[in-house]
Amino acid sequence: MQDKNDFFRAVRESKDFDKAIEMIPYANFLGVRFSEKEDGSLLFRMPFDEKNVGNTALPALHGGVIAGFMENAAVISLMWAMDSTSTPKIIDFNVDYTLSGRAQETYARCDIVKLGRRIANVQVTAYQDDPNKAIAVARSHFKLVRD
Amino acid sequence: MSEKQERTYLIDNPEFTGLMMEGFFGNIPHSKQLGLEMVSAERNKAVLRIPFAEHLVGDPTSGIIHGGVILSLMDSVGGMATFCALPKMEAIATLDLRVDYLKPAMAGQGIEAAAECYKLTNSVVFIRGVAYQTGIDDPIASCVATFMRASSSKIQGVVK
Repeated sequence: MQDKNDFFRAVRESKDFDKAIEMIPYANFLGVRFSEKEDGSLLFRMPFDEKNVGNTALPALHGGVIAGFMENAAVISLMWAMDSTSTPKIIDFNVDYTLSGRAQETYARCDIVKLGRRIANVQVTAYQDDPNKAIAVARSHFKLVRD
Repeated sequence: MSEKQERTYLIDNPEFTGLMMEGFFGNIPHSKQLGLEMVSAERNKAVLRIPFAEHLVGDPTSGIIHGGVILSLMDSVGGMATFCALPKMEAIATLDLRVDYLKPAMAGQGIEAAAECYKLTNSVVFIRGVAYQTGIDDPIASCVATFMRASSSKIQGVVK
């Protein structure tokens, strides 16, 4: 792996965001993608994939997939914000499911509520068609690994 | 002697394992992807397991399973414990799930999780559980979760 601080700089410049996902096998497996919006915030998306289904009758996404997607989004947001390839260590993850995740693309946005010296608090909102209609909201704490 | 109330349990039905294998494991694509296995089930309690697999890793430099996999495992074992507490088959939905990561998982190893229903109401099922590798007394994560029952009106709206 190249020099830690150069990694995200290179990703940012090349806009080759998939490179960052490739570092995380489970994110890659879920099909997580992200891009940087004009305001500098990150938008995460997870295209629909049959293997992420948790209920074939509805059909609906697996609750664990939605949470896993949101956790990945939180981790990548922190690494992006800190320009670091050292993975923050998750302390806790608290997710509320507000709607069933339908068989379609899912999005997530992260709000880094607090980026402390040792601890970070991140809120994640997952939605599908309507950014104002969350399918799940989560808050999570991470222990930061400073380079 | 003085059982509070004798009620029926879905798990006492001889067809329970078949129902779960078909309805819970066999029909959930993501559970198959995770390699989810049933370890044991009894009234109010369930134990499930996810064997180690490369695609479940969070950080290739460490080879440790991703925290998100533990969320899936906890959601699944919580759902299974819910079925072990329900009187009969009905649809359920996770309302919320909280996982505390107590210590790092060991690299290259699968994870087992046990969950129990400690309170069943007409609309909500309260679950707590732990995930571990070497033994249940040495947990890597703990969890509390609530599930909504289909018998309540709220979830019927969701299911629709």
